[in-house]
Amino acid sequence: MLGKLSWETALPQDIVTLGGVIMGGLGLLAVIAAMTYYKKWGWLWRHWLTSLDPKKIGIMYIAVSALMLLRGLADAAMLRAQQAVFANMADSPVSADLFQQVFSAHGTIMIFFVAMGIIFGVINLIMPLQIGARDVAFPLLNAISFWLFFAGMALMNVSLAIGGEFSTAGWLAYPPLSGLEYSPGPGVDYWIWSLQVSGIGSLLSGVNFLVTIFTMRRKGMTLMKMPIFTWSVVASMLLVVFVFPILTVTLTLLSLDRTLETHFFTSDMGGNPMMYVNLIWAWGHPEVYILILPAFGIFSEVVAALCGKRLFGYVSMVWALMAISVLSFTVWLHHFFTMGGGANVNAFFGIMTMIIAIPTGVKVFNWLFTMYRGRVRFDTPMLWFMGFVVTFTIGGVTGVMLAVPGIDFQVHNTLFLVAHFHNVIIGGVVFGMFAGYAYWFPKFTGFRLHEGLGKAAFWSWLIGFVLAFGPLYILGFMGAVRRLDSYDPSLGWQGLFIVAGIGLLIILLGVFFQVVQLAYSIWKRKELAVGPDPWNGRTLEWATPTPVPEYNFATLPTVHERDAFWEQKQEKDKAKKLSYEAIHLPKNTGYGVYVGAASFVIGFAVIWHIWWLALVGVAATVILVIMSSLWEDSEKELSAKEVESIETKLWGQKA
Amino acid sequence: MGAKSMSAAADSAKLHRTSIGFWLYLMTDCMLFASLFATFAVLRTATADGPSGADIFQLPLMLVSTVILLVSSFACGIALIGLKNRNMVQIAWGLTATFVLGVAFLSIEIYEFAHLINEGYGPDRSAFLSAFFTLVGTHGLHILVGLIWLAVLGWVFYKRGINAKSGRQLTIFGMFWHFLDLVWIFVFTIVYLLGVLS
Repeated sequence: MLGKLSWETALPQDIVTLGGVIMGGLGLLAVIAAMTYYKKWGWLWRHWLTSLDPKKIGIMYIAVSALMLLRGLADAAMLRAQQAVFANMADSPVSADLFQQVFSAHGTIMIFFVAMGIIFGVINLIMPLQIGARDVAFPLLNAISFWLFFAGMALMNVSLAIGGEFSTAGWLAYPPLSGLEYSPGPGVDYWIWSLQVSGIGSLLSGVNFLVTIFTMRRKGMTLMKMPIFTWSVVASMLLVVFVFPILTVTLTLLSLDRTLETHFFTSDMGGNPMMYVNLIWAWGHPEVYILILPAFGIFSEVVAALCGKRLFGYVSMVWALMAISVLSFTVWLHHFFTMGGGANVNAFFGIMTMIIAIPTGVKVFNWLFTMYRGRVRFDTPMLWFMGFVVTFTIGGVTGVMLAVPGIDFQVHNTLFLVAHFHNVIIGGVVFGMFAGYAYWFPKFTGFRLHEGLGKAAFWSWLIGFVLAFGPLYILGFMGAVRRLDSYDPSLGWQGLFIVAGIGLLIILLGVFFQVVQLAYSIWKRKELAVGPDPWNGRTLEWATPTPVPEYNFATLPTVHERDAFWEQKQEKDKAKKLSYEAIHLPKNTGYGVYVGAASFVIGFAVIWHIWWLALVGVAATVILVIMSSLWEDSEKELSAKEVESIETKLWGQKA
Repeated sequence: MGAKSMSAAADSAKLHRTSIGFWLYLMTDCMLFASLFATFAVLRTATADGPSGADIFQLPLMLVSTVILLVSSFACGIALIGLKNRNMVQIAWGLTATFVLGVAFLSIEIYEFAHLINEGYGPDRSAFLSAFFTLVGTHGLHILVGLIWLAVLGWVFYKRGINAKSGRQLTIFGMFWHFLDLVWIFVFTIVYLLGVLS
């Protein structure tokens, strides 16, 4: 009846996991109790969970990702504590098996449920505004994407409570280790299904955003007049629609190997484990560009606005973005030069990898030239940008080093590699998200984030980052492999691991400042209040009132130039036209939540081989999709009068 | 602009968006099948002392099912012409024929799979058979989805007649069905024809 699920298999096996489950469970209970006490469930359901407004969906993405960031950091803290202190102790609280689960979970969470979530959140918030649209192309599909992401996240976290273990096979679960023979438990299945469910959500988002950009731009906004962030979304989402199907297939095949005992990636009966590695990186390498390109877009907006200049080299920026997205398909083999593909194969992929550094370099120089002779304001977003230029460039240089097959053979799978990709992902993606957070926050709330605390967070992150990952480069050269839960004390590595651990503590201090900053800014929101255009912005998202109304633009703007809002502001004499018309918006609906729930059920049922429940989940999904496609009358109308009263209210409260 | 022409403009914008979105979706599906074809190409000789394609494929039967699928695509085209002429009878006949032929195609595939598994040549026999069942089965799954969609579409036309929304749904269904036809041509060529040749 319940497949492989029973009391013995379900409970957490070790004390640390059990502690995590209890803490998480208590937190969840506290939230539920508070919600019930303050009677907020109806409000939550009507105003958030069922909303099809991309701005609200974007905020939900970011809220979930922020929580997951905290969990990922807790995992990182356990890894650092183990390597710095416990590794040489006889009785470590982190067993070897737990250590493997923790690094697998850390990577999976940070990439899929933090970085991806924040990117989709920011795109939802900003992109429709930047192109002067009122919505995305398929609002319901957008909500479904979010709820699939949420369901994947839920599966990922439920693995601790039910089953008591996550995958021990690393964030990309290479077979044969991730096969049935060596990982018989539910951990790898949890990994597969949390990624499968959220991955399908990402794929649907990719299609949705591309169609939005291609068909819903404002009159006059030709492709070469789009804001550069929107261009970065095009580049990134093109990659999504091309590579996420590969991930879907790869995960399906691994899942078939584990449930129907097929032989795609087994070591016997003709299976080929290296094919998995090829497939997963054919998705995985473009994936890192899916993450970094929108961050490039954010930096481009921040630099132009905070230097008071139009972006230097717009056209070359666009070409660089597109070049990177094309080239990113031709480099996947550099993740396994040691496979034995041969000298010519390795040389090809090595050279292609180095070539990617060229368009990336073009972008860095364009940003620097935008600063040149600009009126630079050193607010928090700009600090994140400047921190990014330094750290990302270092990460890029070590990446080019790794692209040389000869060097790669030496440092393959060492901490040098770990330091490299944290250098580009933290220095690039994470700093980019923080820059965007500080930059766009006032647009949606009406008040700024506290500047002093933001700067404190920035410096903690930057210094902590150098201390946390600098030593890993050295350790990598000294031969420390990654994913190491213990080492011989005579190697003399412990000092460097302790420095890395201190670095992490300083990063955690930065996170602490960010949490305080958010709470403090909400508390002091009256004093921090700003108008709709606090940075003297250049693109259309600053043209709306603040907070942005559900319909974004009461009268849709016409675009003549690249920096459309800048252009509007120059034509001061033109009196504002005040004739409003009725606006059609999608009604709220629970379909997104239901589809997410059904997908969760499917994933959970297959993990535990509860086949009847899986069938129920599939049937529910099919019925929900049919019902939502038959849904008539899905739009509500805001009359011209209502629009006018909202607009008057919002513009009236200008600070 | 009057209210009527406004809603006509909105309908045409929606059709435009939906078809571009569906084209993009089909491209992602194309990548999905490309990954499965690549997997099949790598594993087609990995028979692990089990049967190869030449030993188990029933080429005449597959030719029959190929013809059935091609004709069903033709029938779907007739329904689309019916939509253009706003001819309900033509749509009804076209969709019915598409459905019946689709069921026939799927039945042949189920028969083939059941037959192979009974002989002991299931997907767990060798990497080649894993890849074969998965590639062909994924196509079959798409056909099944198409048949469910078709049934719903029939109900929509019966209940609500020809309008902007049902027309839009039939148009993208047509794209889907033709796409599956195209994928099958590759399956037939690469899996069956080349499999029997080698």
